[in-house]
Amino acid sequence: MILDGKCPTGDIEEAWDKHRFGIKVVNPSNKRKFKVIVVGTGLAGASAAASMAEMGYQVETFCYQDSPRRAHSIAAQGGINAAKNYQNDGDSVFRLFYDTVKGGDFRSRERNVYRLAQVSNSIIDQAVAQGVPFAREYGGLLGNRSFGGAQVSRTFYAAGQTGQQLLLGAYQALARQIGLKHVVHHNRTEMQDLILVDGQARGIVTRNLITGEVKSHMADAVVLATGGYGNVYYLSTNAMGCNVTAGFQAYKRGAYFANPCYVQIHPTCIPVHGEFQSKLTLMSESLRNDGRVWVPRSKDDVEKPAGDIAEADRYYYLEERYPAFGNLVPRDVAARNAKYVCDDGLGVGHKVGGERRAVYLDFADAIKRDGEDAIREKYGNLFHMYSKITGENPYKVPMRIYPAVHYTMGGLWVDYNLMSNVPGLHVIGEANFSDHGANRLGASALMQGLADGYFVLPYTIGNFLWSERPEPVTNDCAEAKEAVAQVKGRITTLMDIKGSKPVDYFHRQLGKVMYDKVGISRTGAGLKEALEQIPAIREEFWKNVSVPGKANSLNPALEKAGRVADFLEFAEMMAHDAHDRDESAGGHFREEHQTEEGEAKRNDEDFSFVAAWEFKGVGVKPELHKEPLSFDYVKLSQRSYK
Amino acid sequence: MNLTLKVWRQSTDSDGRFETYEAKDVSTDASFLEMLDVVNDKLEGEGQEPIVFDHDCREGICGACGFLVNGVAHGPETGTTICQTHMRRFSDGDSLTIEPWRASAFPVIKDLMVDRTAFDKIIESGGYVSVRTGAAPDAHTMPVNKHDADDAFNAATCIGCGACVAACPNAAAMLFTAAKVSHLGMLPQGQVERYERVASMVDTMEEAGFGACSNHGECEAVCPKGVSLNYIARMNRDLVMAKLKGL
Repeated sequence: MILDGKCPTGDIEEAWDKHRFGIKVVNPSNKRKFKVIVVGTGLAGASAAASMAEMGYQVETFCYQDSPRRAHSIAAQGGINAAKNYQNDGDSVFRLFYDTVKGGDFRSRERNVYRLAQVSNSIIDQAVAQGVPFAREYGGLLGNRSFGGAQVSRTFYAAGQTGQQLLLGAYQALARQIGLKHVVHHNRTEMQDLILVDGQARGIVTRNLITGEVKSHMADAVVLATGGYGNVYYLSTNAMGCNVTAGFQAYKRGAYFANPCYVQIHPTCIPVHGEFQSKLTLMSESLRNDGRVWVPRSKDDVEKPAGDIAEADRYYYLEERYPAFGNLVPRDVAARNAKYVCDDGLGVGHKVGGERRAVYLDFADAIKRDGEDAIREKYGNLFHMYSKITGENPYKVPMRIYPAVHYTMGGLWVDYNLMSNVPGLHVIGEANFSDHGANRLGASALMQGLADGYFVLPYTIGNFLWSERPEPVTNDCAEAKEAVAQVKGRITTLMDIKGSKPVDYFHRQLGKVMYDKVGISRTGAGLKEALEQIPAIREEFWKNVSVPGKANSLNPALEKAGRVADFLEFAEMMAHDAHDRDESAGGHFREEHQTEEGEAKRNDEDFSFVAAWEFKGVGVKPELHKEPLSFDYVKLSQRSYK
Repeated sequence: MNLTLKVWRQSTDSDGRFETYEAKDVSTDASFLEMLDVVNDKLEGEGQEPIVFDHDCREGICGACGFLVNGVAHGPETGTTICQTHMRRFSDGDSLTIEPWRASAFPVIKDLMVDRTAFDKIIESGGYVSVRTGAAPDAHTMPVNKHDADDAFNAATCIGCGACVAACPNAAAMLFTAAKVSHLGMLPQGQVERYERVASMVDTMEEAGFGACSNHGECEAVCPKGVSLNYIARMNRDLVMAKLKGL
């Protein structure tokens, strides 16, 4: 089936305004008759819930954390882009749009991205009015920095805690609506299933994480703002609780999942130190401005202290392979090359699982050139963080780094109104696929989450509600009862396995396959292997997982088991998508398709489409639906950095 | 290294007690929570229920984690959360007493996990600027003195973990409340509701069962973000003004 994103036609600059005028508007007295469920209260969910409640809708929100203030949006460090042109360096809505389409390697929808760039300015206005304390200059105006290789300074920031400050702004707006009783909020409550009535999304099934109670909640529309699926790799920069369950259960109920193979891997993270590592920590890649990346030339030297390895025996592989850009090659190139040298046995640092996966990032030359104080001035907080986590002094010995999964561009398929193919089911933020294409630019995640939540969904959801005017449904309807029974049945099945291996044992195994075969660098043959290995791990999981404790009380092992069970099915869809996308694009690198310079080589002839997958059964290959992409404003071009 | 852990175990419907566990062959590179993960893996393997504790980002920013280690909130490392404390901070053979935040406004849910929704209630009662989406003027309409903006940011770095309450002999939530009152009260955008805000938030704080401040300064000492005690003085001044205004 050919999918239609229902983008408005005509001049791109007027498309969103005209579209907003053309869609249905719900009058104020009717808004209070409609109820909307919002799952997830990070940047996208909290901003959407607060905005819709302000407009008059009844809103019910859910999060698995003990407060909406803890969603993982809070960990975003860098900043948020907007086309304000406050620095007078020639930025514009069109330039932000252009950079974002290009950065996504021509695999996103032009009209969605243009809208994103248009509303970016309103986000900054909104945040400042809420009291978000962005960095300011001495004249009292907002400061900006250039980020992720952008040629203009369009990134707004609050020290290294921009995500925290923006989330608290959205959380406070949500808290105000909760206090006014316009929003009913549920903490420590996790969505387990989606309820469809007459083909429309009309409710969800949740499990109360404290009492274990499983119940249904009904509404006129459902919004998923449930974040990304990076934890399918076990180790990532995501929070421990981040999971794909809400989106994946919606997929199993008929929603299409788009472009799951597009994953962003960040090159500068602190490497794994032991078998019991629970998560990875990101360090700003600005470090590569002054650090030199190397490994020993010989396998015999990998155990030696770095200082004992002579200059001639050091392999500055980025500088040698890419003389023009050296250590500043793009994120994905840096990440791939770190993998390749470690695959060759040249990795350094701790041996974990029989291999060393780290490379040096050495500041010795920069310190010799500029002095330790100058380096401290630039990177002091990062060096401090590194030394706290590793116990080493990076002013004296080189840092060790390795790439880690950071952000997922794929997600549930949505149209221009952010509604999935299931009527009534809307998806916003990292949970949808819409704006980043095959790769995301730095400082664009916060922008997209808040654009969807503050300035797009609150308008577009009215179109669905007023066109459909859904009939009332109750928790007693057959569909709700069926979904609740299904969730309870799955929990009982998990508890009754009484196997011998903890959940993490399977999650680690899955993560290893995903990093090796569906990770930084992929091959058709490797993906075929993954498609055999993933079902095998899944089968073993359902035979041998151990979930102690009780179903009807607080049970962290059970929570994890449910999430990992979904990752074990989801991973297979990712591998199918990565296998069938027989080209390289953005974060999806197929070794068979690279330029002579080792760059991702797209195949626009055959693959200029969104791949949206339809569930056909566990272990059965999902069915592919294509949404063709066309580029009328940004000329298709191949990236080059030599 | 090997450690002896005395851990508070409690379910909602029972009185708590300390249980002793041996943590063997702990890697000095592990974080404190990863050390507990290892202990829990072993407990699960023996069919026992794991020790329950709140945690999520494990980067020291979400504010989910937190408990007392040998009586100190977030443990011996200053200026950080327990998830960012690493085992090299301890010595082989150490005995560590681990217990939840102790405050009547933070009832224990299970083991080391407490209910901190009282903090959300405080924010809901006024910890915001009442601005609807779409109603904002251009961000540069109102310049903000850099010193005020930086000071407001420092107050706004509070992660809402509750260590300040746990460390306070009165279980006061003054530092938490003052951080939000000050963050918004120092910015021009927060002026309109400045005095209503402080009056309402302090009322809610007292209703939730938090104690009063008696200037011990324990809160500032354990705060993982180093939020300053000065904000409490600032909040008290605003509160006096609010009372004079009859709010």
